Amino acid sequence: MGFPHKPHERETVVLSQHFGNAEARSLDGWKKVGGYKALEKALGMQPAEIVEVVKASGLRGRGGAGFPTGMKWSFMKPGDGKPHYLCCNADESEPGTFKDREIMRWTPHALVEACAIGAYAIGAETAYIYIRGEFTEPLAEMNRAVKEAYAAGIIGKNAMGMGKRVDVHVHKGAGAYICGEETALMNSLEGRRGNPRIKPPFPAVSGLFGKPTTINNVETLVAVNHILLRGADWYKGMSLSNPKSTGTKLFSVCGNIARPGNYEVQMGFPFKDFLYDVCGGPLQGRQFKAVIPGGVSVPIQNMEEAEATLMDYEGFVERGSMLGSGGVIVIDDQQNMVKVIARIARFFAHESCAQCTQCREGTAWATRILERIAEGHGATEDLDTLLDISEDMTGKTICVLSDSCATPIVSGIKKFREEFEVLIKQRRFHPVTAAVA
Amino acid sequence: MTHAPAFALSPGGHAPEPHVPVFTGDTRKELDELLTRYPTKMAALLPALWIVQESRGWVSEGSMAEVADLLELTPAYVKGVVTFYYMYHQHPVGKYFIQVCTTSPCGICGAEDVVKSLLKHTTCGELGATSPDGKFTVIEVECLGACGFATPIMVNSEFIESVTADNVPQILERFQ
Repeated sequence: MGFPHKPHERETVVLSQHFGNAEARSLDGWKKVGGYKALEKALGMQPAEIVEVVKASGLRGRGGAGFPTGMKWSFMKPGDGKPHYLCCNADESEPGTFKDREIMRWTPHALVEACAIGAYAIGAETAYIYIRGEFTEPLAEMNRAVKEAYAAGIIGKNAMGMGKRVDVHVHKGAGAYICGEETALMNSLEGRRGNPRIKPPFPAVSGLFGKPTTINNVETLVAVNHILLRGADWYKGMSLSNPKSTGTKLFSVCGNIARPGNYEVQMGFPFKDFLYDVCGGPLQGRQFKAVIPGGVSVPIQNMEEAEATLMDYEGFVERGSMLGSGGVIVIDDQQNMVKVIARIARFFAHESCAQCTQCREGTAWATRILERIAEGHGATEDLDTLLDISEDMTGKTICVLSDSCATPIVSGIKKFREEFEVLIKQRRFHPVTAAVA
Repeated sequence: MTHAPAFALSPGGHAPEPHVPVFTGDTRKELDELLTRYPTKMAALLPALWIVQESRGWVSEGSMAEVADLLELTPAYVKGVVTFYYMYHQHPVGKYFIQVCTTSPCGICGAEDVVKSLLKHTTCGELGATSPDGKFTVIEVECLGACGFATPIMVNSEFIESVTADNVPQILERFQ
């Protein structure tokens, strides 16, 4: 539902059904609304059967990459004699995204249940939920839910009394965007600096503590609960356009829009209707100018592209962007695009782990140039320099933070070049004049 | 002329004080319980540092050495980890540590005005500085993950949403 608003009639509430319902936070309340039925069902199945159901549902990773979840799970080989781990990535720090926060705040038991199912399906006895340190309320809720679940024997040595061991632990991060990158998260969990690792080896071979590991986003895991109970066909049937994108998706909407919040719609929902109808359109007297549909790491869309988009993995790519994490940032005509992009670049410069030169130097250099242009001291050659730096920042580093910084710069210059040029043409030569103005 | 060795000073320039151990009694028990969750001692490092910060308000070099000792790491390693993460304070901060999100989504919804208003009403004057009465420290933070509720701020561990330049004085009344 469009928390903090009432559900919109065009939403399809599955994961967000209990947002805003304080009762569903407790174990008793959660059981009343059908909680832990999926885990009971899962523990009665063979792990391979669960993986097959998830494969058949077409569920894809909701953290940003969109990798098929069932396939990811099938890389794990239960019974190979090694300890396996499940990591739940709850380090939601992509600017514009705040859906996992609401899942954990309102339905913490849904995630405990999902982690237990996921762990069982991949042959792991331990699941770690890595939550970013700033999420104090979700952390408190998750800690409480885990404690309740242990006390009730739902997880632990003998989960649900069915003779299987499933441990779930909450791990608190300490403020670093990069720890949302899967291998950086594993390093951080191991008590190291959150530097991403070189791949291969992939986590399914050597992940957390060097053991086979699967890492999934909060929303992905929670969707599995519903898939197990209602079947893969039901989930697949919710796709409105491309059959490769199935189920529902939570979109976090923020920026210059009438009703910001979390909205859950079926994959393939028309983006135009979503922005103008479900989320209430622009603020009074203003007009939309641009949309960043999947967190700041994806290409910026102009309104022509956005209004023609169908909201699924393929739909966003067809219209010049990506679904990403589903964090929709709406920018209206009151904003200066150069300033917006400069602030995005500053974010990446701040969050670069500084392992790779292209990223460490590139993000900071691009930020300096963009801020210079925004302040009215840009030079004509700056745009070419920015594009040049961006090219060197793409595809050359251990993780994609560097690429993520280049993406809004390149798409911004391509789609809103005139805004850059206006600022450069009005160049103010004297810094004192600029400070006064 | 003799200088105190540089390493004896904490980054904030405070005179070194004898370290009083953090991990005694209940905090020690908490750490021991944490150690059962992971196959390595090192994995308890971040949670251990959180315990330090919660009980002392910041992570001093003495605490880092204590944690290093308990987890069989070197103090240099622990410091390397502490300095990587933004949320560990390496020097004492005001009684109320205020973090304001100014990342793009909040930035386009007026976060800069919230910062100005906070700096004015807390009398901090500038980002990162502590107010003369020692009550407040205000810093900008990158994305608090509550973009739909712009502008979110964090006062110590309390999350406050939808802050505007105008309702800052009213919010600050609670933190005196």
